[in-house]
Parts: sequence; C-alpha cells; structure tokens
Amino acid sequence: MFDDTKPATKLVEVNNLKMHFPIHSGLFRRHTGDVKAVDGVSFDIYQGETLGLVGESGCGKSTCGRAVLRLYDITDGSIVVDGDAIGDVRQKDLRTKRPTMQMVFQDPQASLNPRMTVQAIIQEPLDEHTNLTKAEKREKVLALMDQVGLNRKFSGRYPHAFSGGQRQRIGIARALALNPKFIVCDEPIAALDVSIQAQVVNLLEDLQREYGLTYLFISHDLSMVRHIATRVAVMYLGKIVELAPREELYAEPLHPYTKALLSAVPEPDPDLHDTMERTILTGDVPSPSNPPKGCNFCTRCPAVMDVCKQIEPEYREVMPGRFVACHHYNDVTTTAEQTAASEASDRQSLRNGA
Amino acid sequence: MTDTSIDARNDAEARNQWWDVWDQFKTHKGAVMGACFFIFIVLAVYVGPWIWSIDPTYIDVRARNQGPTWAHPFGTDQLGRDMLARMMAGGQTSISVGLTAMGLALFLGTLVGVLAGYFKRIDGILMRLTDLFLALPLLPLLLVMVMLFRQPLSASFGPETGIFILIVIAIGITSWMPTARIVRGDVLALKEREFVLAARSIGTRPGKMILRHVLPNVMSPIMVSATLGIATAIITESALSFLGLGFPPDFPTWGRLLFDATDFMQQHPQRVMWPGLAISLTVLSVNYMGDGLRDALDPRIRGL
Repeated sequence: MFDDTKPATKLVEVNNLKMHFPIHSGLFRRHTGDVKAVDGVSFDIYQGETLGLVGESGCGKSTCGRAVLRLYDITDGSIVVDGDAIGDVRQKDLRTKRPTMQMVFQDPQASLNPRMTVQAIIQEPLDEHTNLTKAEKREKVLALMDQVGLNRKFSGRYPHAFSGGQRQRIGIARALALNPKFIVCDEPIAALDVSIQAQVVNLLEDLQREYGLTYLFISHDLSMVRHIATRVAVMYLGKIVELAPREELYAEPLHPYTKALLSAVPEPDPDLHDTMERTILTGDVPSPSNPPKGCNFCTRCPAVMDVCKQIEPEYREVMPGRFVACHHYNDVTTTAEQTAASEASDRQSLRNGA
Repeated sequence: MTDTSIDARNDAEARNQWWDVWDQFKTHKGAVMGACFFIFIVLAVYVGPWIWSIDPTYIDVRARNQGPTWAHPFGTDQLGRDMLARMMAGGQTSISVGLTAMGLALFLGTLVGVLAGYFKRIDGILMRLTDLFLALPLLPLLLVMVMLFRQPLSASFGPETGIFILIVIAIGITSWMPTARIVRGDVLALKEREFVLAARSIGTRPGKMILRHVLPNVMSPIMVSATLGIATAIITESALSFLGLGFPPDFPTWGRLLFDATDFMQQHPQRVMWPGLAISLTVLSVNYMGDGLRDALDPRIRGL
C-alpha cells in the first residue's frame, strides 16, 4: 500500500484549514489574539487508506480531526468530504452529511452518556437519520454489537458497567451504525492499556477491510501509527511539517522534527538502545497564541538556519508523495525570490557549511 | 445475586433506570422514613376527611377553646370549630400550594437554566433577568401582587381558586432563580463533555440534544431543588397566610391556623403547636426525601 499502488480517488481533501480560537481579555473582553490551534493544514485522504496524524500533546491533532468533521466552525480553509464541500456549510445543513463521516473519541468513559443504555447509545444515530421501526433498530443494534465483539446480553446495561476496551467498542459501534465512509479516530487507544489497545486496533483494521472504511487516525503512539497507517502526517504547533508514506517516513524522516520524534520511540533491543543516537529537543513548544516568526520549529530545531527565523517554510512536495515544510529541502531559487539577496547568500554559505 | 439473575435482568429489553433509582433510594433510611411520613401526611389530609367527617367550618360555640378530648382530639378553636378537621382541610391547601408552586418554579427555573446554559447568545440576558428577580425583596413584592390581583382573580375564578392561582403564581415566579442558576451551571459543564460532542458529530438536533443528553444529566440538581422547593413554598404560603394576605379568613390553611392561634398562644398553646408541627415535619420529611433522591439519582453513588 505505498504511493505507487495508492487508490486514485480522494475521499477527503483538506486545504489550508485554519482553526483559531479567539482570546478575549481585559475589562471589556476585547478580542486580543487567537490560539492558532490549527494554522493552515492541507492534506488529502484517499479512499480506503488510513492517514495517521501524529504529534506531541497540544499540537492541534484533535482540533484538526474535529475541525475536519466540522464539529467546530472553522476559521478558514476548505474541506471536501466525499465530493461535497463542507467547509462553510451551516451546521443545520450539515446534518444530512453527518452519516458519511463519523468519529471515535479518545476517552470512552466521557464520550458515552452515563444515563443511556448501550442499546440507546448505539441506536441514537439510527433515531436521528433513519425511519426504521423499533424492532428493526434493535436488530441493527444487536448486529452492530456482534460486529464489534460485544455480548448481546449487555444491551440493557449502562456504560459505567463496562471496562475501557468494551466502552471503546460501544463507541466504535455507534460510529459504524450509519455505514459511514470516513471515520476520524481521535486517539481511540490512548486511554486503554496495551493489551486492549491491540484488540481495538485490530478491530478497527478488520472493520476497515470489511467495509472499505477510510480512517484519519490521530495518535501520539508512533509504533501504533506505524502498524495501522498507510501514510503518516506529522504535526507541530498547528501545522503539518511532514507527510509521507509510512515506510519511507519511518525509514528516512526528512523534517528535523520528525527525526527527533522518531528517535524518541523506545528501542526494545538493549544493545541498540545504548548505542543509538537520539535527537533530544530542548525547551518547550511555543504558545500557539504567539508562534515564533518564520518556521514554527525554529526555536527548538537542531538544524536551525538564519532563514528559518525569518521566513515560514513552504509546505511542498519534495519527492513524489512526500510533503515537507522545511527550508532544508527548498531549492535555492524559490527561497531566493522571497528573501533579500544578502540574506540568501548568508543562507547559502550556512547550508554549504552544513 | 447469582450470575444467572444478573444475566436474566440484563437480557430483558432494557431495565428501566427508575428501578435502579428506587433500589438505591430504599437503602437511604432517612429518605425512606421521610417518604413514609410524607405519604402519611398526604393520606391524612386527603383521605382523612372521609373518616373524620366533621365539617371544618361547623361552628359549635358551646365547645369553643377546648383542649384535646375524644370528641375533638386536637381541641377546638375560639369559635368551637374542630381543629383536627381544620388541620386536614388546611393541609390539603398547603400541600397542593406547595406542590403546584414547586412545579411552576421548577419548570421556570429549568427552562431558564437550560436555555441560558445551552444557548450562549441568550445566556447574558437570562442570567441578568435571574439576578433581577433575585434582587427583588420577596415579601413586599408578594404583598403588592396580592393587593393588585386578588380582586380580579377572585372575580373570575371564585374566591378560593382565584387566590390559589394567585398564591401559586406569586410563589412560583419568585422562587425559580436558585434552580435556574444551579441548572445553568450544570448545563455549562455538561455542554463541554465529550458525549455531547459525540451527539453533535452524529447530527443530533439541539432540541433532542437537550431532551436526551442534557436534561437527564441535570436531573439530580433539579430533583433536589424540587424537594427543597416544596418546603419553601409551604413556608412562604404559611407566611402569607400568617400575615393575613393569603386565603380568605374562613378558609383554613396551616399558615392561617397558626396566625389565628397566635392570639390565644398563652391560654391554649396546643393550637399553635399542631399547625407548626405539621409544617415543620412536612418540610423535614420532604428534605430527607430530597437527600435520598439526590443520592439515588447519582449513578456514581448508585453503582451498577
């Protein structure tokens, strides 16, 4: 499932998506700034593939996933899901589009209403979008419970009587109820312990094979993303810094942040663990309300150049199927147009030095 | 409980949540005692008159100001009317005023609270309105309302129903504010919960969202303010009657009985005691019930 065998149809196209949350402060609650949770993100998801979205806490992964489903009113950009542009549609008119795109949430405890039985929870999408009779709905709910591996007998129980893994299965059954094409999995395994994580991921994979589902799989667990994703997008401070097919990204990361992120994955082999070189980042992620000038990563980048602090790198395809936003991979002519001649020569010498 | 019984129960279509609530409620001793006592009082005032058939307005001047006797277990008043019969008649009014006024206050409070909490746009206006009502001095407002509307309402609905409507509305619209505030706070917190977001991702409409996800989860505070509301309503009605502004003088309520009895407090203290005791015990039992209900409605306490 590399880029050469990639299915051709794009199910989801996201272009320059921005999600800014306003900050109001002072006596009169004036609009004094924005938290730029997602700041100009573009990616496509092809039919039947899994796009992994990774990044550290607070980089805007979840916000991005929710914004793609229009759970927020986005600030800017366009979203096309299954041929329909949903970026600027009113929430009310979006209702008919909802069955195509569903979501599995991070915290299975919080995403299930504690006062509804499993039956009622899984049945809710059917209540909203279909005209089935009560018996038909019940039959469909029981069938869904079978599919996700829940005992039919549990349909009358409340969510708090289940374990974390079972709750996540309830959430998955609810997302499947309307036969969606596209599911955003917002860290579906982060709240589960390791043995259950594998079960849930395998369940997601089985369902994908069976129904041809397309996933946007948000996670901070790089090894799990490596297991499930077809292509991987790496986010840092509201922007995608690198997007590449899985094998290539893990074998040869291009962006310095991806390199640092991958070197943080624990190495199971003790000998390798002791000898491997790690890129250890210093400092903290800058505030998304006040991102640094130039490249967002320039404050922590081990390979920072002068130009990085001045000009934002363009997010572009440097090799077929591989996108990266880093000055190291920009050819000289494009950046030279953007900068003054003196700066360009400085950078040139720096790069030659490196 | 064995495994089979658990399975048998869970295999049923869906066990009504209220059965779980009842199971938990039963374990709260104070609440069960309160509920029993409240039921006893309700039965006494509504069924009692069928058994104790003396007319509460029958005047027997020769038997006035009597202490407890077998003919008049609670004694008689200054006109020789039987106190037990008057207590029952008064209880009917007091309890029905309490329940209806509480219902009205609860409806208004929940409506305002849910709307303010759920729809950000009207939050400011509704909460300032709530503050406005909270800032109104209750008693003078009631006095003005009674003075202004007593005559027209009595004329169109008859003196007793007219006053009943007036008192219920007066108490209802002056006591919904705490409920509104509590409910708004809970709705605000609830709105940020992930299951509400999940419902939005399904495409649930706002109306259904409130009925299906928000209201059931703010049930606990609503039920608690309901029981406290009954108590407040009975006390407010008593205060109004005590001030002579509630029902007509010959129409007994617990508050009016108390008011009439204060003139004879030194000679016949039992006449103050009975209505006072009835009010206090009813309020107390209702409060205990509220306590138990709050526990029973909280799924974390209820377990299972």
